[in-house]
Amino acid sequence: MTDTSDPPPIRDAVSRNLARRYRAELRFRVAGLAAVAAAVGILVVLLLSILSQGLPAFTVYQLVIPVRLEADVIDPGGDGSEASLRRGGYSRVLQDAIRAEFPDVTARRDLRNLFGLYTSLNSTRLMDEVLADPSLVGTTHIFRMPIADDLDLYLKGRLVEDHTLPTRGRLSAVPQDGVVSVTTTAPDLRSLARDIAALMSDEATALELRARQARERAGTLDGSDAEDAVYEAERLEAESATLRAAAAAPDGLIPLSPALPSVLVESGNTTIRLTAIAPGGDAALGEFMLGNGEIAGAEDWTLYVVDTPENRRRVSDQMIVWTRSLQARGLISHDFNTYLFANADSREPELAGVKGALFGSILTMIITIALSVPIGIFTALYLEEYAPKNRFTDLIEVNINNLAAVPSIVFGLLGLAVFINAFGLPRSAPLVGGLVLSLMTLPTVIIATRAALKAVPPSIRQAALAVGASKTQAVFHHVLPLAAPGILTGSIIGLAQAMGETAPLLMIGMVAFIADAPTLGLEGLTQPATVMPVQVFLWSDGAERAFEARTAAAILVLLALMIGFNALAIYLRRRFERRW
Amino acid sequence: MPDNQHHTEHDIHPEAGAGVKVSARDVCVSYSGKQALNNVSIDIPDRSVTAFIGPSGCGKSTFLRCMNRMNDTIEGARVSGSLKLDGREVNDKAVDPVVLRASVGMVFQKPNPFPKSIYDNVAYGPRIHGLALSRDELDAIVEEALRKAGLWEEVASRLSDPGTSLSGGQQQRLVIARAIAISPEVILMDEPCSALDPIATAKIEELIDELRENYCIIIVTHSMQQAARVSQRTAFFHMGNLVEYGPTEEIFTNPRDPRTQDYITGRFG
Repeated sequence: MTDTSDPPPIRDAVSRNLARRYRAELRFRVAGLAAVAAAVGILVVLLLSILSQGLPAFTVYQLVIPVRLEADVIDPGGDGSEASLRRGGYSRVLQDAIRAEFPDVTARRDLRNLFGLYTSLNSTRLMDEVLADPSLVGTTHIFRMPIADDLDLYLKGRLVEDHTLPTRGRLSAVPQDGVVSVTTTAPDLRSLARDIAALMSDEATALELRARQARERAGTLDGSDAEDAVYEAERLEAESATLRAAAAAPDGLIPLSPALPSVLVESGNTTIRLTAIAPGGDAALGEFMLGNGEIAGAEDWTLYVVDTPENRRRVSDQMIVWTRSLQARGLISHDFNTYLFANADSREPELAGVKGALFGSILTMIITIALSVPIGIFTALYLEEYAPKNRFTDLIEVNINNLAAVPSIVFGLLGLAVFINAFGLPRSAPLVGGLVLSLMTLPTVIIATRAALKAVPPSIRQAALAVGASKTQAVFHHVLPLAAPGILTGSIIGLAQAMGETAPLLMIGMVAFIADAPTLGLEGLTQPATVMPVQVFLWSDGAERAFEARTAAAILVLLALMIGFNALAIYLRRRFERRW
Repeated sequence: MPDNQHHTEHDIHPEAGAGVKVSARDVCVSYSGKQALNNVSIDIPDRSVTAFIGPSGCGKSTFLRCMNRMNDTIEGARVSGSLKLDGREVNDKAVDPVVLRASVGMVFQKPNPFPKSIYDNVAYGPRIHGLALSRDELDAIVEEALRKAGLWEEVASRLSDPGTSLSGGQQQRLVIARAIAISPEVILMDEPCSALDPIATAKIEELIDELRENYCIIIVTHSMQQAARVSQRTAFFHMGNLVEYGPTEEIFTNPRDPRTQDYITGRFG
């Protein structure tokens, strides 16, 4: 034994290294924490961005207008039979209803715009309502229909920049010589005039800059190119000069144009769009957009400015005026968007819904679950517990592992060649989609199940065998239940992957515009359908801006589906674990 | 090295008393071509405790597993020679290992209760063999097995608790109860106390002593004292050979083979 006064050298060595070891541990922890924080942060950003994009799609602005269902129009046969009702002129009825709200509108072009407040597909919806309740014939029916997608976006404040200015003076408007002379007793328009003049001069400056660049370009070019550039510069300079001249209010008025903000003066049932403003802010010229009556000293009026110029937005001033008028009259209601869930896909975003894709996903997943889970689990059981270990089973194992790494589109090609071409199954059908996704999911399920079976301690097998259980009894009574949580986790991962898959379905025609939802039943398996991720893909490509929000909404629905699916899996796993 | 392939009649045969339960002749076992057991011949008497001792890897567990054909479950294991239980050949192809294991129970080194309730652990064997016709009968079998295993008093009030919630010693007695619930004729114990503390060990040893009256018990142990305490006959294995076999007293007090002498005095192993 050594003397106690000297600590053994090993202690020195350990203490020397100790600080370094702890530092390494700290570094590792900090790195881990940072990784987790980054992941959570990105997830939150992702969710927030999808939510902010998608949530508006869950509500919809609807026109709620009384529709006179004249018997002679919608029941041409006069017998109230379905055949007769189907021949009815529902679009005419709808057009009459909207015209009744705006009796002043008579010009053909204006009428066409007016009927653009809603999509004509709504006449089919009206017909369905009448078919469902033929007693409506001859009555005035309050019909709800989604407003046109662009106006829906406008009402949600997602299409244009706009604001309302306070007014103090009394408004008078007198029509004369085809224009309306607008005056107010207070300089309510002064700041507006100043802003617009500033905008014009900014625009003029920008044009001058472009003109200068064109001239510089002309100096480096020769021949006709140089001439073109000079011409371009001259044109820009002229434009700029015109703008500057206009901004200076040559005859006491600044002229407005579709390239500038729109100014709408609203008083009661009359709306006037200003065409020119006096810099003093108490006079302007305008034109009637709604109504045509003279206004004398109205106190209650508003000055509504749409900052986004008319030539740079998808809705005209006229549409905005009509929409605001309907809204002011309480004919527009803001509702939960039932169309999103009750309808299948549609060319018109306001009527497009995820029902078809949702049903398609459900049907496809039923097939996938019914095939890949049992086959996968039993394959793994056989390979792991029964199959002899030889070259042949090794080969099978290697191939299964390779299959898990095969690009999913290859499975789609296989599905096209085998299921559709060889077996003659219908295209775009959930049955084929489910078969293809089963093939894709099988390797994942097999690998996960084999890992879970391997993880069951051999002592449990031995215990069962030692009390005289047969091999199959040992496996099914003891090994499989113990492996169940692991098997479930693996299967769910595989199935969740299948649920989010698009590429293989591309090959078998499930990427298609399907306007009718498949029926939730056996016959639905062979009806054309699409699935949620494909719907997201299709909508993300949609030309209308309203599809943008619907894409995000579909992603949210898909996410909710996934979360529900995983929650079910976790619940099942807990139950299994508690039982054991 | 003395020739250890041959045993005298005295080695193989127990003295008069209980009849021979297990009778082995020239049993050899190899794992994937590697010889683990060489020509073991032994007669094991009924209603007594026989201990197998020897250093690690000497083949005693391998031999034990021959008796209920657990070696079948090991990939690449080959068993040859004759092993008879009550005069019937165990290794015969016609003998179903499931039937064999129903009459040869086994207790492993580490307690391995099923992750099920205490009741279900004991009831599993009778259930799969259809030994009980009614719930009451099954209850009776479970209670009797737990009583024989000396566990009834401790678990009677919590039969539905998971078997894994018991202490190590209790778990091992539960496993013994599970084995005797199907009324086997032979109970094989592979180092049943190696994972237990002395108190639990004492209980198991007491239990083994009681069970001796009804069963043929074969126990593999690393503890010389345990072999001396519980067994009537002891077999010493070394490097796959049965070196010496005889009444426990004789082996421990007057070993005839120098290797046995060395082992029990602690010179190797």
